[in-house]
Amino acid sequence: MTDHDDTTHLLSRRAALRLGIAGGIAGLGLPHLLGKPALAQGAAATAAAREAAKKAPAGRVVVGITQEPTVLNPLMLKIEVDDGVHFSLFDALFRIGPDGVITPNLAAAVPTQKNGGISQDGLNWRVRLRDGVRWHDGKPFTAEDVKYTLELITKPNFRAWRTAGHSLLRDITVVSPTEIAWRMEKPFAPYLSFLTETFIVPKHVLETAADPNTADFNKAPVGTGAFKWGKRTAGDNLELVANRDYHGEGPYIETLVFKYIPDLTVFYTQFKSGDIDLTGQVYITPDNYKEAKTLPNKVVTLVPRQTIEGIHFNLEKPQFKDLAVRQALYAAIDRAAIIDALYYGVPSATESYMPRSSFYFNDKLPVQTFDVKAARRLLDEAGWKPGRDGIRAKDGVRLSFNNTTTSGDHLREQVQQFLKQSWADIGVEMNIANLPAAVLWGDVWAKSQFDTVISGVVFMVASDPDVTNRFHSRAIGAKGGRGSNTTQYSNPEVDALLDKGTATFDPEERRKIYTRVQELVRHDLPFMPLYQVTAVLGHKKSVQGFVPNSNTRTESWNAAGWSRAG
Amino acid sequence: MHRFLLGRLVQSAVLLVIVSVIGYVILGLIPGGPLSQFGLDPGLTAADIERLKEQMGLNQPLWLRYLDWAWRLLHGDWGVSLRDGTPVLTVIARHLVATLLLMGSSTVIAIAAGTWIGIRSATHRYSAFDYAATIGAMVALSIPTFWFGLVGIYVFSLKLGWLPAGNMYTIGDASVLDYLHHLILPSLVLSLVHIAVWSRYMRTAMLGVINQDFVKTARAKGVAERRILMKHVVGNALLPMITLAGVQLPSILTGALVTETVFTWPGMGRLFYDSLGYSDYPVVMGILMFSAIVVILGNLIADMVVAIVDPRIRLA
Repeated sequence: MTDHDDTTHLLSRRAALRLGIAGGIAGLGLPHLLGKPALAQGAAATAAAREAAKKAPAGRVVVGITQEPTVLNPLMLKIEVDDGVHFSLFDALFRIGPDGVITPNLAAAVPTQKNGGISQDGLNWRVRLRDGVRWHDGKPFTAEDVKYTLELITKPNFRAWRTAGHSLLRDITVVSPTEIAWRMEKPFAPYLSFLTETFIVPKHVLETAADPNTADFNKAPVGTGAFKWGKRTAGDNLELVANRDYHGEGPYIETLVFKYIPDLTVFYTQFKSGDIDLTGQVYITPDNYKEAKTLPNKVVTLVPRQTIEGIHFNLEKPQFKDLAVRQALYAAIDRAAIIDALYYGVPSATESYMPRSSFYFNDKLPVQTFDVKAARRLLDEAGWKPGRDGIRAKDGVRLSFNNTTTSGDHLREQVQQFLKQSWADIGVEMNIANLPAAVLWGDVWAKSQFDTVISGVVFMVASDPDVTNRFHSRAIGAKGGRGSNTTQYSNPEVDALLDKGTATFDPEERRKIYTRVQELVRHDLPFMPLYQVTAVLGHKKSVQGFVPNSNTRTESWNAAGWSRAG
Repeated sequence: MHRFLLGRLVQSAVLLVIVSVIGYVILGLIPGGPLSQFGLDPGLTAADIERLKEQMGLNQPLWLRYLDWAWRLLHGDWGVSLRDGTPVLTVIARHLVATLLLMGSSTVIAIAAGTWIGIRSATHRYSAFDYAATIGAMVALSIPTFWFGLVGIYVFSLKLGWLPAGNMYTIGDASVLDYLHHLILPSLVLSLVHIAVWSRYMRTAMLGVINQDFVKTARAKGVAERRILMKHVVGNALLPMITLAGVQLPSILTGALVTETVFTWPGMGRLFYDSLGYSDYPVVMGILMFSAIVVILGNLIADMVVAIVDPRIRLA
């Protein structure tokens, strides 16, 4: 697993803006025109889908993944690979496309303040639902299912994956079988994005279970999605079959298989040999990119992900309290060398925690330049004098610290060697102290029991620019806070901006807020961005309709639109 | 014989308790725990996490968790996987089939080929065959299995296209022939190292017997060379091999992690590794206890078979 701490991805490029427009049109009473899920966002995909629409589902696509999907209830504690399965079996109220536009899925329209779906104070929401949708077992889908789902998530005994956002809901009311309304305890703009990742589960199936945590449903799920549950061969693969009664476009393939291959070398070999049709999460490693491009009958594309790889400081450690130290360390990194020599030029440099494809991305941040002299000068001026052993110190604090990452990640380990040398050059001692992923992402990370960590993090939750969980001082887990502010970053201006941002619904207003947040974070350097991750995705030429979508956590978000040529 | 059996059973029970305590304590000491494997929502509070731990039975002290687990085990309840809620025995059973297929076939190949090579090496000492077998065994023992696996895949799958690059069956096919086709490469690769071990042992055992007095006597009596070889030498040389087989038996059931990984074979080795990675305590402990039982039983059976085959040994 590369991105352990990926809580969620997503980000909306011009999303919010267009969202308003899409929602507005939908609200004008044209739900059935916009009704079909926006599956095929790309031109090629649309053409392929149209052609495939003429025939019945046929053929099979095998998606290779490196971890085994085991949690089939989409609301429960899960890992990233489970998402691929959930997106195919279930539908959420809304869906987010590669362009960041939120469109209706089980809902008939996207609620906005403009169309009256969300009240002006942001507190009252009303969602109209698509009519005529059926569960895989033939029962009709209604607003009761949505109510049941939203209530189940916050039940104290339910092992929910995410309660944030949902816990603000009050008075969930079924207005009619196709309309639901609720009140929110406080305005929370990111909630719409959260709902693109909240899959609706059937009330009539789960309600009868004694304990939803252990219900039979969790092993043989029933959804409304384009694919129905097939079977799982433990430790090997999981098979879904086409839902011919799907309410949206597709599916065009008869079977969708998720094949589990844990070893990266073996994973790539099986892509070469043709055993897998498409490479899923973790993808092809950058060192294989050059060769992968030359493989016959395969399409290999670079797809930017939302993950930002960076070096995270524990700001409560005395060495890192001084901004000059962080600035000096940043200046002493030859980032271009890391990207080009170690990562084969695949990822791209960035200064922000926000993916550059986002509507909220700030492209005016100062660009880091590799300058060892400047780094030394910064430390000299701040009073960090080299000791007898050549390591700088100030007020009894030596400029020495541990750097930790997941052991066994050979590319990250090379980055560490490189950093160790670079920083030794300016009188800083870095020791490598790696931990297995299972250990690192436990208390060590969550409770800030580290000096520095190299990690790939997705900073946003769902398709929203809000980063309260990462940068608000209320979110410091080590200090009893609610969230993942593991660097223990605290800046009152950032706090105030983040609070304002979650209560603001207007995209342009929000853009100003989050542009400033990025400026402040870039200046304070609680973490040093190394690069934005780019995935090397491969699929057979015969698999058509594949559209990458960096706003979701899975490449199979639109498996309903895939088809097999020949 | 009965007293021996009873004694061994008591010994075995004590051993199982010790293994379980050590296993449980070590697992409990690993930081992180099952929760850290899930992509936890950054918005969860400490209280949320405590609640989740409670729901998963992780908030109690280690010794209490152990006692609870051991008590259930005594009543036949091996627990459920923390990852997907499947009963541990079901999880093990599913992977056992795959492992038995792979390890069973490679063991059969190893014993057959190893015995033959060992006998031939011993009877044709210092011949070209003997030297070749010695060098071959050295190579097979010193080069790691995954290397043979990768070379095998490169040559037979990617270059020649004769054999599949891994997996137990073709998705959508799964006929007996298809299973066999997928079995060839991994079982051959896996058997290499076992052939090496087996043939070396067999050669040594043969040489130990071949120069003994009763063989010379038989030869002096004019017994045909072939009969001497088969009845007197091979028969006696096989005795220590039974013990060896007993020792190897557990690995047939517990799988071969590396080979299973290289060939994406959903067996016990990989199950154990994955479960450890997820800190899936019930499954890890289940496999540990299962392996311990198999090891103890394997040794017990080997001892008894040797006693039956070789009347000189008296179990008491």
